[in-house]
Amino acid sequence: MKKFAIAAAALAVAVPAGHAAAADYPTKPVSLTVAYSPGGATDFQARIVTMVAANKGLLGQPIVILNRPGAGGKVGWNHFASRASTDGYQMAAYNVPHFIAQSIKFKTKYNIDNLEPIANWGADPAVLVVNKNSKFNSVKDLTAWAKDNPGKVTVSGAGLFVGHHIAFLQIQKALGVKLRYVPHKGGAPALKSVLGGQVMAGVNNLSDSYRSRSSLKIIGIADLQRDKQFLPDVPTFKEQGYDVDDSSVNFRGIMVRKGTPQAVIDKLAAVMPKMFANARVAKQMRNGGSPIRIMDRAAVQKMWKERQKFLTGLLKDL
Amino acid sequence: MEFLDHFGAVFTWSSMLILCAGTIGGLLLGATPGLSPTMAVALLIPFTFHMDPAQGLMLLGAAYTSTVAGGAVSAILLNIPGAPANIATALDGNVMARKGAGARALQICFISSAIGGVLGILVLIFLTPVLASWALKFGPSHLFWVAILGVTIIGTLDSKSVVKGLLAGCIGLWIAMIGSDSIQGVERFIFTEELEGGVHIIAALIGLFAIPQVIEMLEGGRKDPRRTVFEVRRANVWRSALETVSKVRALVIGGTVGTVIGLIPGAGGQIAGLVAYDQSRRFSRNSAKYGTGESEGVVAAESANNAMVGPSLVPLLTLSVPGSPTAAVLLGGLLIHGIFPGPDLFQKHAAVAFSFINSMLIGQILMLVFGLAIAGLAAKVIEVKPPILASAILVLAVFGSYSVQNSMADVAIMLVLGIGMYFLARYGFSPAPLVLGIILGPIAEHNYVQGRIIGEAQDGIAPYFLTGWLNILLIALVLLSLVYSIVSEIRVKRQERAASAEAAS
Repeated sequence: MKKFAIAAAALAVAVPAGHAAAADYPTKPVSLTVAYSPGGATDFQARIVTMVAANKGLLGQPIVILNRPGAGGKVGWNHFASRASTDGYQMAAYNVPHFIAQSIKFKTKYNIDNLEPIANWGADPAVLVVNKNSKFNSVKDLTAWAKDNPGKVTVSGAGLFVGHHIAFLQIQKALGVKLRYVPHKGGAPALKSVLGGQVMAGVNNLSDSYRSRSSLKIIGIADLQRDKQFLPDVPTFKEQGYDVDDSSVNFRGIMVRKGTPQAVIDKLAAVMPKMFANARVAKQMRNGGSPIRIMDRAAVQKMWKERQKFLTGLLKDL
Repeated sequence: MEFLDHFGAVFTWSSMLILCAGTIGGLLLGATPGLSPTMAVALLIPFTFHMDPAQGLMLLGAAYTSTVAGGAVSAILLNIPGAPANIATALDGNVMARKGAGARALQICFISSAIGGVLGILVLIFLTPVLASWALKFGPSHLFWVAILGVTIIGTLDSKSVVKGLLAGCIGLWIAMIGSDSIQGVERFIFTEELEGGVHIIAALIGLFAIPQVIEMLEGGRKDPRRTVFEVRRANVWRSALETVSKVRALVIGGTVGTVIGLIPGAGGQIAGLVAYDQSRRFSRNSAKYGTGESEGVVAAESANNAMVGPSLVPLLTLSVPGSPTAAVLLGGLLIHGIFPGPDLFQKHAAVAFSFINSMLIGQILMLVFGLAIAGLAAKVIEVKPPILASAILVLAVFGSYSVQNSMADVAIMLVLGIGMYFLARYGFSPAPLVLGIILGPIAEHNYVQGRIIGEAQDGIAPYFLTGWLNILLIALVLLSLVYSIVSEIRVKRQERAASAEAAS
């Protein structure tokens, strides 16, 4: 009986406190779990986009990055989706299509239904690259050669069931030829194998390929539009007559666990896009060669649902 | 000689202050088990957000060079390598420290680190354009053979018996397979949720080296009758310097091996120290003394893992392709200041690029000065009473393995491996070959898988792995190494038999 009384009292105190907390949220620093190692692209960008969080008019509290890497993001996201608090003080960075593809392909504790998107800060499309000395100058050249030599074209990318692999599957389907995917441990080694001539072509991030553009030919971009800021001269696959949309674009943004109070979600959803649009953030992102694409909560919710449907279909036959 | 023009930027008060802070901080971070150079640089990058590019990079450059050397401090004094690169340093360095020569071991370690480090940076300054394209030539087949070359030294590394060394190596290879593998897209041996991310090399390193020692110290109680306490002897810096310089062969082998392995992207500086140690032992006149506190082993290991620092940045600075995990983190540090590494780096951002390189050069000198200054005092760690030392090591071990990935799972893995190693050690197994197995397993496996796919697309798997001069050269080295191991094993057995026959008669 005594136990019950204490529990009831605690509950009585906790409920109104919860409401009050949502109203003047946040009153202490907020953490952001990054499911990748420090120094990687996601970590690097997360640190830039959150560096002005404590400013007046934005969150008013700093955001602290917490790296929890392992198993291509699965460790960090599993931990987040099962253990993080739902009071808005623990957020995580998402990478689409990675986490959705993993939730379809493996037994994970996370999926788009137990996570709530807040806002998107960046989009890094996949590009198809070949060595500077390659005989291919366009996607058409590569397709023609691959038709005559089925299975001879090797294409590097970072790992299985990540953005690069999904772009590869999509490109292979659209080109209608047999290509060979060579998975690497990360985007940098995959790009190195193109530069060193170990593979004939590579799927890689726009930002990393852009930096190595003096020793590469970037022949196609897997997005709906060209990238006006960094690569205005590189045509999309669609422009070259191949049906590849933006399904493999690597979107990065912020999410919280399902069960977070609506008031907190609304506040974050209003503030985060403003924070991403900050002039200092934009300048640092541009310096780092990282393409910005700000999307609000509604747009991200829609994008997640579309990817879920697309990836379920694409990965079904694998 | 353009780099000389940019030395001015390093010799200002504010720059020197940053360099000193970076070096001292780097030595301390490096000496903490679990804080590898990669981690240290990653932790420092946010601090450079608000600095000007040249000074921010000076901080990173100085910290990188000194953390590599700092890792040797805990390897020598506590037998806990600060990073995988320092495993070989512990083999002889720790024995020296236990015999009371810790100060001398530390001095020799810092002097050979500086010699190797400066050599590596000079290679970076003068040979970058030549070596950049060479570094790119290494494909999956070559890296596979490099890993196999590493496997051949597993057996002879720090073990009385080749068979036990190989067995320990196999356990290491198995541990490396645990977790989900991004190249094969499969999950292996994940019995519990904690193993999903696999066994992190740093957690394994701390567990395998530190925990058996802690248990042994506690076993002995407050007054261990087995423990012989040596007096910590003071060491003369000049004598240590002379001793280091006189080990010409070890320095040459260490410097060369470190430079070459540093250049190969993906091989990882992790094995530079071990390969150099092994080669140096093979060519040494007193190879029998290796593992019993031979300073030559420290010289070879430390000159190699510092010589690796400069060349490991060659692919990054010229091609924007990071060749090592630390280089990948440094890339982030460069980008944040709008500096894109690439062929035009030295034209477009000459001032910044050379300040960075010069800071690593000066960082080596500062590291030497500060390192020598603390060597005498640090060596007294060995005099601390075992129960106190054991508790301190345990705290560091838990803290170090947790901080790598902010994960309690790593702490659990560290403890389990450590306790397992304690029992293995009773049967004559040693941790070094086991760790080498953990490091080499993924390199060999991933490159074999990639090579197989590429080979199938070309003329077949066998021609891909067995032809080409680089493949043939590496295979020849593998065979040489194997023959050497077999011959030396036979010789040791024959000597043992002769000795026991003598004793019997």
